Amino acid sequence: MNAHIKYRIGKSRGFQALTIVLACACVVPLIAILAYIFKEGITKINWHFFTNVPKPVGEPGGGIANALLGSVIVISVASLIAIPVGILCGIYLSENKTTKLAYWCGLCVDVLQGVPSIVIGIIAYFWLVKPFGSFSALSGSIALSIMMLPIVIRSTEETLKLLPDSLKEAAFALGMPFHRVILKVIVPCGISGILSGVMLSVARIAGETAPLLFTAFGNPYLSVSITKPMQTLPLLIFNYATSPYNDWHDLAWGASLVLLAWVLLLNIITKITTRKWKVQL
Amino acid sequence: MESTIVSTKGFNAYFGTNHVVKDVNIDIPQNNVVAVMGPSGCGKTTFLRCINRMHELIPGATANGTIMLHNENVYDMHPIFVRLKIGMVFQRPNPFPNLSIYDNVIAGYKLNGIKLPKEEKDRIVEHSLTKSALWNEVKDALHKKGNFLSGGQQQRLCIARAIAMEPEVLLLDEPTSALDPISTSSIEALLHDLKKNYTLIIVTHNMQQAARVSDRTAFFYLGELVEYDDTKKMFTNPKDTRTQNYITGRFS
Repeated sequence: MNAHIKYRIGKSRGFQALTIVLACACVVPLIAILAYIFKEGITKINWHFFTNVPKPVGEPGGGIANALLGSVIVISVASLIAIPVGILCGIYLSENKTTKLAYWCGLCVDVLQGVPSIVIGIIAYFWLVKPFGSFSALSGSIALSIMMLPIVIRSTEETLKLLPDSLKEAAFALGMPFHRVILKVIVPCGISGILSGVMLSVARIAGETAPLLFTAFGNPYLSVSITKPMQTLPLLIFNYATSPYNDWHDLAWGASLVLLAWVLLLNIITKITTRKWKVQL
Repeated sequence: MESTIVSTKGFNAYFGTNHVVKDVNIDIPQNNVVAVMGPSGCGKTTFLRCINRMHELIPGATANGTIMLHNENVYDMHPIFVRLKIGMVFQRPNPFPNLSIYDNVIAGYKLNGIKLPKEEKDRIVEHSLTKSALWNEVKDALHKKGNFLSGGQQQRLCIARAIAMEPEVLLLDEPTSALDPISTSSIEALLHDLKKNYTLIIVTHNMQQAARVSDRTAFFYLGELVEYDDTKKMFTNPKDTRTQNYITGRFS
C-alpha cells in the first residue's frame, strides 16, 4: 500500500520535473540567439552607426541611417494602409456573424494569413513594380500591409466578439445610431485588444524580408521618396550578410541587433499598453 | 380619468417563425407603474423590448401591429427618436466600463455628440443621481470608473443614465433579478418616487414584486395577454383561471 503510493508520488514528481525541463529547453534557443546576436552586434554599434549611411567597401565608419529611416517609412505607410482597413473589416466580421459576405471574408482572411510572404512579394512586383516601371518603397509598403491585414482583422474581430451584447444594448437603448455605438462604445471598450493586434502586426512585418526583395529593393543612399527604391533593415541584413566583405558583415550584425531590439521593444510596449488600456468589464 | 401614454393594438412579435407575442392590446396610463408578469418564456421581455424597438435588433426578429406613444405609432418613427423618448433599464446592470460615473450618467448626451455647457451637465448628473438615490453614495467619486460600485449601485447608475435623457416612459426588464434583497428593496422604493415624473413599465417574474410596486398588472401566458387590471383586483380577484393558477402557484 505505502510502497504503491510512494511509487505514484514519485511518478508524479518525475512528470512535473519533465515539464519544467522541457519548458526550460524551449527558452534555450531564444536566449542563445539573443545572446549571440547581442555579442556580435553590440561591438559594431556606436553613434555613427545610427547617423551614417553605408560607406563603400574599405572605408571605415559606415552606418545604417538609411535603412533605419527606410524601415520607419515603409512600415508607417504599410500601417496607414492596413490599420484602418483591418479594423473596419474586423468590426464588420464581429457585427455580422451570419452573412454570406462575412463567411467568405473570414475564409479569405484565413487563406491570406497562410500565403507565403515571398508570394506576396512576387505579386506586388507584377502588379505594382512592373506597371510603374520602378522599384519603390510604396510597393513594399503595400506588400507589407497585405501581410498585416489578417492579424489586425482577426485580433479586432476576436476582441470585439468577446464584449458582452449588453453593452451594445445599453448604447442602442440611449438612442445612439449604429456608427456611434461602434465608435464610442464598442471600439473604446475593446481598444486594448485592437491595439495589441496592431502592435503585433507591426512587429511581425518589421522583420519581413521576402516581400521587400522585389519591391522596395534597397538603396545605399538616404532616400525619403516613397516612389523610389528604399533601403530597409531586413534588406540591408540580407544584402550585406551575403556579401563577401567583412565590413559589411559587421554592419549586418549591428543591424540585426537593432532590428531585434526594435521587435522586442514593440512586444514589450504591447504588453504594457494592453494592461494599461484594458477596460474592466 | 388618467390619460393613456402608450397603447398597443393587435401587436405581434416573432423570432423567425416563432410567434412569441400574440395579438396584444393594452393601454398604459401616464404616471403609473405597470407590472408585466408571467412565467419564463411567456413573451413579456420581448413585448417590453418591442416598445422601444430593441426587439428588431436581434437577427430574425420581426413585429407587426401598432404601438402608439401619445398619438404617434412608434413603428412609423425613427428608432433613435423612440429610444430617446422611451428609456430602458436591463436585467443585468450594464454601465459603460470605459466611462466614469459622471460620464455614464450623461452618456446619452455625450456619446450622441450633444454638446452641453458644463453647468448644465453638472445639473443633469446631480439631478439624475439624486432621483435614482445614488447621489449621496457617489458624489465624491463622480470621476472614477464605476467598477467599484456594487451590483445594486450599478443598476441605480443605469437608471440614472436612463432618466438623464428625460424620457417619457421607462422600461425596466427584470431590473432586480440579478440583485440581492437589500438592493432590490432600494430600487423598488425608487420606482415609487419615479412614477411622479415618468411612466414605468416593469417586467418581473416575481409576483410579490409586481404586487408591491405596481398600480396595474398585466399577466402574460404563452405570448398572450391573459389579464390586465388594477394590481389589487388582479391579486385578490382574478377573472381568468390561468391568472388564478399562476398567482396561487399552481404553475410557474
